[in-house]
Amino acid sequence: MKRRLRVCALLSALLLTAGCTRAAATETATPVLTVMTHDSFSVSETVVKTFEEEYGAKLVFLKSGDTGAALNRAILTRSHPEADVFYGIDNTYLSRALQEQIFVPYTPTALAQLPGEFKSGLSGMVTPIDFGDVCINYDKAWFIERGLALPATLADLAKPAYKGEAGNGLLVVENPATSSPGLAFLLVTIAEYGETGYLDYWRSLKQNGVVVVNDWETAYYTNFSASSGRGLQPMVVSYATSPAAEVIYASEPLNEAPTASITTANTCFRQIEYAGILKGTSQLELAQRFIDFMLSPVFQEDLPLQMFVFPVNPAATLPDDFLQYAAFAQEPARIDPVLISKNRDKWVTEWTRVMLP
Amino acid sequence: MALLAVFFFIPMAAILNVMFAQSGDIVFSDSLRPLGFTVFQALLSTLLTLLLGLPAAYVFARFDFTGKRGLRMLTMLPFVLPTVVTAVAFNALLGPRGWVNLLMMKLTGAQAPPINFLNTFTAILVAHVFYNIAIIIRVVGNAWSQLDPRLENSARVLGASPWRAFIEVVYPLLRRPILSAALLVFLFDFTSFGVILMLGGAGFSTLEVAIYTQALHNLNLPMAGLLSLIQLACTVIILLLYGWSSQGNDVPLFPRLSGEGTRKPRSAVEKGTVALMVIILFTLQVLPLFALVSRSLVRLEGERGQRGKVQSGLTMDYYRELFVNRQQSVFYVPPSRAVINSMSYAGITMLLSVGAGTLLAYAMVKRPATRRWLDPLVMLPFGASSVTLGLGLLIAFSGSMLSRASFPWLVPLAHSLIAIPFVLRTVQPALSAMPKSLCQSAAVLGASPARAWWEVEMRLLSRPLLVGGLFAFTISIGEFGATTFIARPDNPTVPVAIFRYLAQPGGLNYGQAMAMATILIVICAVSIGLLESLSRAINGSE
Repeated sequence: MKRRLRVCALLSALLLTAGCTRAAATETATPVLTVMTHDSFSVSETVVKTFEEEYGAKLVFLKSGDTGAALNRAILTRSHPEADVFYGIDNTYLSRALQEQIFVPYTPTALAQLPGEFKSGLSGMVTPIDFGDVCINYDKAWFIERGLALPATLADLAKPAYKGEAGNGLLVVENPATSSPGLAFLLVTIAEYGETGYLDYWRSLKQNGVVVVNDWETAYYTNFSASSGRGLQPMVVSYATSPAAEVIYASEPLNEAPTASITTANTCFRQIEYAGILKGTSQLELAQRFIDFMLSPVFQEDLPLQMFVFPVNPAATLPDDFLQYAAFAQEPARIDPVLISKNRDKWVTEWTRVMLP
Repeated sequence: MALLAVFFFIPMAAILNVMFAQSGDIVFSDSLRPLGFTVFQALLSTLLTLLLGLPAAYVFARFDFTGKRGLRMLTMLPFVLPTVVTAVAFNALLGPRGWVNLLMMKLTGAQAPPINFLNTFTAILVAHVFYNIAIIIRVVGNAWSQLDPRLENSARVLGASPWRAFIEVVYPLLRRPILSAALLVFLFDFTSFGVILMLGGAGFSTLEVAIYTQALHNLNLPMAGLLSLIQLACTVIILLLYGWSSQGNDVPLFPRLSGEGTRKPRSAVEKGTVALMVIILFTLQVLPLFALVSRSLVRLEGERGQRGKVQSGLTMDYYRELFVNRQQSVFYVPPSRAVINSMSYAGITMLLSVGAGTLLAYAMVKRPATRRWLDPLVMLPFGASSVTLGLGLLIAFSGSMLSRASFPWLVPLAHSLIAIPFVLRTVQPALSAMPKSLCQSAAVLGASPARAWWEVEMRLLSRPLLVGGLFAFTISIGEFGATTFIARPDNPTVPVAIFRYLAQPGGLNYGQAMAMATILIVICAVSIGLLESLSRAINGSE
């Protein structure tokens, strides 16, 4: 009994301390802007400081899993929003988020300077911040060694030349049900072959021994032959910027990237990431300034080396290393975002039935 | 109990309520295949774990051999590894370019790697055994070493064969701990998530994986809700079955001095058994860890010569680089801070769950009637979907008094929810098997109740308390699914730091992830060692 009392006392002490810290936090005068985002988000200390000093505010970033998990968190907590700004929603989830009405409208003035391709489907609610292309990456040395030409189209990938040996095809892809690059690549095939033909295309890829894994980490680090995991597949669905990361984060300084991306027409999917102000924010004014800030060169120029994505603002200058090794597609596959949100479940389910029976 | 209500039932009810209120299609038939596979793989994994774990528990309980303490500690380490690291460890050992395949290709001159391990059903089973064998070794082994060896010896003197002595004397006494440990292993396998996703690959889906996909990728919450309900219902059935099969009273047994029942292996058969067990455990538990550590120290690039003057060889670069914030990111975590955060979460979890678990154990022993309903209730969080529970915690606490500022406390509290059953499972059997006469004699000899409790009961409980505490500690360090939803970025832990490195391409990132994982392993090894010697100090001698 005595012990039980002691534990009760301990527990209430815990709760009290928790309550006190909260009280102390609200007393301070500095306004806090909370930004909910996905786990891959990163930003320089100096950039954060620039914003904080200019507006006399404090920035808090709330990382909430991958894009789907973070969006889910925002939707589920919308009656008591945990954050003021949501950053990192991409064009495959955009229409779902708009449909859930979690944002309040805001259109920054700088939006006018952006290229037209980033401005469709915003509904006045979200602002595009960055983009990156999901493309096939390949192991340069492997292709030189074998004297094999690179595939230039999706159709090439289904040809016998890229069949590989005994159950080990040359390409590893991620499962679209559990991975966002996986979903992006599925969308590329749907854009190319249409809703009627894409399953047949995947059947032919299966014949060619395509390897399916669940997540990007496994695909890249376990299966891809040019990564440190040194797997068996010389081609992987990754980002067009991955070769730049291979150089910048090499174990030893490299003059040349060990990998490169295939960026030919209609083989890549362009992921655009947006930011929006969450409904119920108590910092509307500050949130609007932060969205403006995210489009400014200071933030935009920081993006490439932090997250290996391209800034949407054409006025931002890119770092040399990035410019040299990172790529983007001239003609990414095009597919209507509304169609994506309407059919993604159906497409993924159909795909699963064919590829993972 | 309040803890359980606040951190389990309220969130679960809240999330299930919200889930079914959302829009989405429910396709009932889509839940049958994952259900079947979940049960099948969990049964098979549990059987395999028992098959290897019981002989190992026997060897640890009955024999002394060189390196016993070290090996026992090493078998505990897989428990702390986040699945993504385990996947990398198995890749480093058995992957297409893992040490084993590299060696075999060199020996046989084969072009293709001979072993295809990753993304197979075998990989799932092996990983489950890798993770959970420690439960059998600790829970059963601990009970076994408390058994009076004279019981077994008398049976042998009376002419029973070793097998018959085991079946008729040892097994009935060990049935409770075995069932108890098997239940924990089964529930772990049943709710397995990371192992299936990352080692089993895309072809396999358990209920938990299906819940994750439906809830977090398709945003189909009603379907996720249905799957969670099915999973919860299965857990209830399993717990009821367990309650029914483990009925019966514990036989009070005089506790043995620790170390009394152990001896050096004598006959050739005994020596062989011990050696075989050591080799098996070493291969299964230690080699993957070793492969992981080696990859944090060895650079493999440049093998093909096309990449300039880069040579493969030993390097400390990955460790050095951990202390450099190259891109000046605000999310950079100095290793020391990640370690301190992980350790304090784990420490709090350990204290909380040992405290609460012991109280529950006392309640169950003093009032046996409570056990029938209390035990399954405490076990429930174990079999619930951690994705659903995580989302539930999120809804239940967002906007409430407990939110934001108290978030650092939510993490160890959520960890304790999973750790308490472990403490209960190790402490309660020891407590109920404790003969009442011991405390009574102490009282007769003039000890105050407090002194009798401290000097008699606590001493006898120190070993089971240690085992429970160790599990709580390691569960917290390895982090379980639900916390990823409630964790705040202010206190990044070691697993969070590892994920950060693995999320971007580049040899340096890979090496740093391995280095960070190695640090995690070393720190856990040291902590486990310290806790073990602490318990020895309290308990007297080994």
